[in-house]
Amino acid sequence: MNINFTLFSQAMAFAIFIWFTVKFVWPPLMRAIESRQKTIADGLAAGERGRHELELASHRSADVVREAKQRATDIIAQAEKRASQIIEEAKVAAKDEGSRILVGAKAEVEQEVFRAREALRQQVADLAVAGASKILRREVDSRTHADLLTSLKAEL
Amino acid sequence: MASSVELTPTSYMNHHLTNLTGSLGDGPFWTVHIDTMVMSVLLGIISFGFLWWVVRGATSGVPSKRQAFIELSIEFIDDQVKSTFHGDRHAFVAPAALTVFVWVLMMNAMDLLPIDIMAGFYELLGLHNWRSVPTTDINTTFALALSVWLLMIFFNIKVKGLDGWIHELVCTPFGKNPLLWPVNILFNLVEYVSKPLSHSLRLYGNIYAGEIIFLLIGMWAATGLAGTLFGTLLGAGWAIFHILIITLQAFIFMMLTVVYLSMAHESH
Repeated sequence: MNINFTLFSQAMAFAIFIWFTVKFVWPPLMRAIESRQKTIADGLAAGERGRHELELASHRSADVVREAKQRATDIIAQAEKRASQIIEEAKVAAKDEGSRILVGAKAEVEQEVFRAREALRQQVADLAVAGASKILRREVDSRTHADLLTSLKAEL
Repeated sequence: MASSVELTPTSYMNHHLTNLTGSLGDGPFWTVHIDTMVMSVLLGIISFGFLWWVVRGATSGVPSKRQAFIELSIEFIDDQVKSTFHGDRHAFVAPAALTVFVWVLMMNAMDLLPIDIMAGFYELLGLHNWRSVPTTDINTTFALALSVWLLMIFFNIKVKGLDGWIHELVCTPFGKNPLLWPVNILFNLVEYVSKPLSHSLRLYGNIYAGEIIFLLIGMWAATGLAGTLFGTLLGAGWAIFHILIITLQAFIFMMLTVVYLSMAHESH
């Protein structure tokens, strides 16, 4: 057990090895480890985010489906209402149209009746005038007795 | 064991416990234990070169098995440092702890080499005295402990300033009262002396004692066939137990290094 210069040589070797480790061994490995840790942490965070987004999306899609269903029932109800409304309107219009046609027909009938009657009267007057002229012969001049004949026609 | 001297238990022990020395100058101080130096520097170059080689090709993607093993070891040490040292450990303390652990572990592990076979191998290389385990040389453990001790003082001064450190030496742990100053100084002196002593001698004692026991077990081979077989069993058992000791001692040495350095960073 003798202390000698070996001690100082060993201390120098120790110092060199510490320097080497501090400089060349520790930092690159720590960098590699830390960057891998970061990658893993990022990956985990991304996974978590993806799961969260999936959850949100499924919520949103459920909302959309529910809304679509709601709108569909609304549209159907509206359509039904509209249909019955149209039917009602059509009924009313048909009724109006019918009554109008009826009124027109009635007026036409009346007109026809009036016309027929007029023609009839004309014919009767003509007949009467013809009869009378046959009876009276020359005594009746159609030109001189025109006013008489006209008033007779109107009376018939 | 191709020794020229007569083979006695004492000569056997001496042969295994003598360093190969060289001298850089006059006087016993300038002696260098060549075996200790070569073995420790070689082990350091092999282990830190391996670490460097793996780390140089380190990827932040999917690691290879080799990289995963290194990462596992380094993260184990990093966790130990994190629980003790509160500060920027990546700047110095954690890599220093890694250096201490790996190097001491490798030097201790040389204890598991079969001593007599290795002695025969070194004899072939023309090296009569060659100790394989650098940590059984008190110079190595003292060098490590004193380096840590100097780092401790360096960080004390760096973190607290020279006046802060002196204030701590004079006024802690008992109080600011001038009457207590001598007691404080004495207390701190004892602490500063005992730290490197216990730090280095714990490692040295454990590994040296382990080697002595390997040598004692090796001597069973001198008692005949039954003794050789018995010695083999004992040697295997002790080697298996020694795996625990070399790892534990390396770990303790590293933890004490971290504790001393983190104590230097914390003011009372």
